[in-house]
Amino acid sequence: MSRLRVVVGTLSIALGAAASMSGCEREQRRFDAPPVSRDGLASVQLGPTRAGPPASGASDPASAAASSTVADAGPSASASAVLGARNHDRNAFDVAQGKRLYRWFNCNGCHAAGGGSIGPALMDDQWRYGHEPPQIVATILQGRPNGMPSFAGRISTEQAAQLAAYVRSMSGQVREDVAPSRSDGLSTGAPELRRDRETPKLAGTP
Amino acid sequence: MKRRCRALAIALAAALPLAAFAAPDMTDAAGPQAAHILQLWRVTVLVCSAVFAAVLVALLWAVWRAPRGGADAPADVSGLMHGEPGPRRSVVLAVGVSSVLLLSLLLASVTTDRALAHLVLRDAIHIELTAHQWWWSARYDDPQPSRMFTTANELHIPVGRPVILTLNASDVIHSLWVPQLAGKKDLIPGRSATLTWRADRAGTYRGQCAEFCGAQHAWMALSVSADPPDQYEAWAAQQRAAAATPSESRTLRGQQVFLGASCVMCHNVSGTDAGAQHGPDLSHVGSRRTLAAGALPNDDAHLAAWITNPQAHKPGVNMPGTAFAPDDLQALVAYLRSLR
Repeated sequence: MSRLRVVVGTLSIALGAAASMSGCEREQRRFDAPPVSRDGLASVQLGPTRAGPPASGASDPASAAASSTVADAGPSASASAVLGARNHDRNAFDVAQGKRLYRWFNCNGCHAAGGGSIGPALMDDQWRYGHEPPQIVATILQGRPNGMPSFAGRISTEQAAQLAAYVRSMSGQVREDVAPSRSDGLSTGAPELRRDRETPKLAGTP
Repeated sequence: MKRRCRALAIALAAALPLAAFAAPDMTDAAGPQAAHILQLWRVTVLVCSAVFAAVLVALLWAVWRAPRGGADAPADVSGLMHGEPGPRRSVVLAVGVSSVLLLSLLLASVTTDRALAHLVLRDAIHIELTAHQWWWSARYDDPQPSRMFTTANELHIPVGRPVILTLNASDVIHSLWVPQLAGKKDLIPGRSATLTWRADRAGTYRGQCAEFCGAQHAWMALSVSADPPDQYEAWAAQQRAAAATPSESRTLRGQQVFLGASCVMCHNVSGTDAGAQHGPDLSHVGSRRTLAAGALPNDDAHLAAWITNPQAHKPGVNMPGTAFAPDDLQALVAYLRSLR
């Protein structure tokens, strides 16, 4: 009887420890990232300028699916090198920081609160240039045709990665316990942690 | 470990020049508000100390005079028959004295609050103070919009003139405490609070965030300089003016570096294209005594170190580090220091 109690006790302690360990990554703050050289950014090739085949294929579901797999494999190795082993998607601080930067850097000037305005919507399932973090970072840093400005040299790669993590949270691509639950300003819709997880597909005219 | 040692060394080196930034002393009131609070503090400390001493004396006396019966002595139950007039008198007296003292403390507190609310506000200066993680922005209001100006982390007020502070917070709850001028007041996001001051003595007073607000809460200082009126007007006129236009080639290059880099995403320098409001206003950053809300003294070396890697000095701060080429960094520092 007492042995059973010991076993149950040990198990629950181990389970509790495991649960808190997973929480560690979620809340971890890394402030010692070395400063990024702003000239260095220009020389880094962050990714493909186009994520898939020309737009004509995007309307066809089969080819869209195919191009989506191309997009998945698309991000260049150098972009991953810049982002390092860090997964901003799994860190609540990074996603919340991205949400703050989204407002600070006036992303909502074009993309509104995610529903899109001059710029495309960010909370739907459609991605013109890919939904993987390095692809979004490339979009932010390099800019894209038809209006997306390049932020290379204006913001650090770290900030771009935080923004990318937040952009992904807008369509439910990040874990629910990591997604932001409140806004600093007026709330315009369901908080990110209540969003449904959209299935990303490559669509739209690049 | 090595990095931590280095950070500690930097912090110590930074603290040395800041020794001039006198430690705030609540008992050295520089204005009527702080004087009222100091008076209340003295009354409370005096009364509470006297009560504490009296309780201790009574306790020691009771211990000393207690009759000690032997182990087999019968219990003294005479009080059950005759009552205990002595102890009863003591209890009634103690309850009476306690009530009177507590009521007088309450009265003193109410009187102090009334006195604080009765600061004459004629001809007051209006400052909108907003707390951020982890710095302060201040907008000096004026009925004439062109005479308003914004600064950060350093207030100047004229001696003898009242100040009305409208307090806001932009992210989490902060609290403003300048012990030599007034008591604490919380700054709560989405709400406005008001605090009134008057400094009657010239000097520099240190304010501090007094509500834990995140990793760098301790490095969220506010310097308040009480200047003679003419000196204050000169300072205000200088702050109202647009930022200095660079004249030398080095500062001109520095301005180009500033406008072409990430600085413009968050900082404002009046008269240039940099108009963002998310970081401290840098239009007159060269005239301030400290950097990063009291964390570093404002000189060339510390400014360069701060721009290159803010996270080494204030881990978690929202400013990202930028590695400029040495020439560019020198030019940028020269430009920012020239913004007086």
